[in-house]
Amino acid sequence: MKNKHLVSITDFSKEEYLRILELAAEFEKNPRQDILKGYVISTLFFEPSTRTRLSFETAINGLGGRVIGFSDSGATSASKGETLHDTIKMVSNYADLIVMRHPLEGSAKLASEVSSVPIVNAGDGANQHPTQTLLDMYSILKTQGTLENLKIFMVGDLKYGRTVHSLLQAMSKFNTTFYFISPDELKMPDTYKLYLDQLGLKYHEGKNLTEFLTEADIIYMTRVQQERFTDPIEYERVKNAYILRRSMLEGCKKDMKVLHPLPRVNEIHTDVDDSPHAYYFQQARNGVYARMGILSSILGVK
Amino acid sequence: MKDKQLSVSAIKAGTVIDHIPASVLFNVVSILKLDKLDTMITIGNSLGSDKLGKKGIIKLSKVFFADNEINKIALVAPCAKLNIIREYEVVEKKVVEIPDEIIGIVKCVNPKCITNNEEVTTKFEVVSKTEIKLKCHYCEKITNQNNIEII
Repeated sequence: MKNKHLVSITDFSKEEYLRILELAAEFEKNPRQDILKGYVISTLFFEPSTRTRLSFETAINGLGGRVIGFSDSGATSASKGETLHDTIKMVSNYADLIVMRHPLEGSAKLASEVSSVPIVNAGDGANQHPTQTLLDMYSILKTQGTLENLKIFMVGDLKYGRTVHSLLQAMSKFNTTFYFISPDELKMPDTYKLYLDQLGLKYHEGKNLTEFLTEADIIYMTRVQQERFTDPIEYERVKNAYILRRSMLEGCKKDMKVLHPLPRVNEIHTDVDDSPHAYYFQQARNGVYARMGILSSILGVK
Repeated sequence: MKDKQLSVSAIKAGTVIDHIPASVLFNVVSILKLDKLDTMITIGNSLGSDKLGKKGIIKLSKVFFADNEINKIALVAPCAKLNIIREYEVVEKKVVEIPDEIIGIVKCVNPKCITNNEEVTTKFEVVSKTEIKLKCHYCEKITNQNNIEII
């Protein structure tokens, strides 16, 4: 994985994912090591993201590396009209690796073609967010003991949710059975279902959150946003149908975990928070270890 | 039945592109950058009708295309037919085939794609040929046949 770019979740093979997850586990046991000492890593956030940026910066600083960058392009020459191409060319003169988040889709791919150092995509518009998927996978592996043959429920906005699309692409390599629970307006797009058909993987689709929930190994919640509905009346009708409450979790498997990419609004009721099934905050902490794994393998120090 | 040769004169050597739907004729000119060519070109449009409806024809004197060059027009004129002419005779007939990759000709349908916001040459993988679907190399979104816009 040395010097490879991580732009899309499909850039890495199954073996490479497993290697990163192995490293994440090592880093969790030993999160302060000086293996990135002497490295300068750039975090270029053209649009704000507190959680992802802080998670990366913690990963870098925790391993002895130094960070340069910006968290808002308003204060840079991007606001003067400097192109992404030029910005990346310039920063690749300074840093050993670039972590970037940008509002336009395809921006990370372009950066990877222009940069002389590896690019790690921290989110390009509504397209990819591969480091989120890796931390989601690490969370699944930690809590289930395996990635193989699981039943994963994806709930909420399956049409526009980049995290669910990406998780689907990654977990499809592990013989997962998917359950897609969403309002009609926000169903999982055909391209992904066809992809699963081609792999011979079974999936179920439904509108009802509580149906089959006791089968789940993982429940991955996403928010149903009003802006995504063309018909506001339809939104009003369904908005409360995808809220997970503690009472719904009765009878669920003992090790079943509820995941959410955060920020959580109301789609997971606060009464779930102190249930043993709630895992969304630990999931965010796992982000630091997964990102340590990603950075150290791309820089070739592990 | 009128012989089409009466409407457009013959060429000695070169390429004739026939069965171009009239509505995309100028897209074909764009795709092949014929406006930049120096040689003799005859463009005929809305010439009589056949199974396709009104059609266009392009005759290029002393111009021969490599397959990967001419196949680009399959995006807009999948039924186009090529006649290669030498000494006033048709020495070869070819059909166009959609290539596996399209560079620089089609606009990405996604307004939030980096290619629509900065100077980046578009690039697509053709993921379906029966009903044309182009996957953008950058933003990964699919541009469908009915959304194809030639740059």
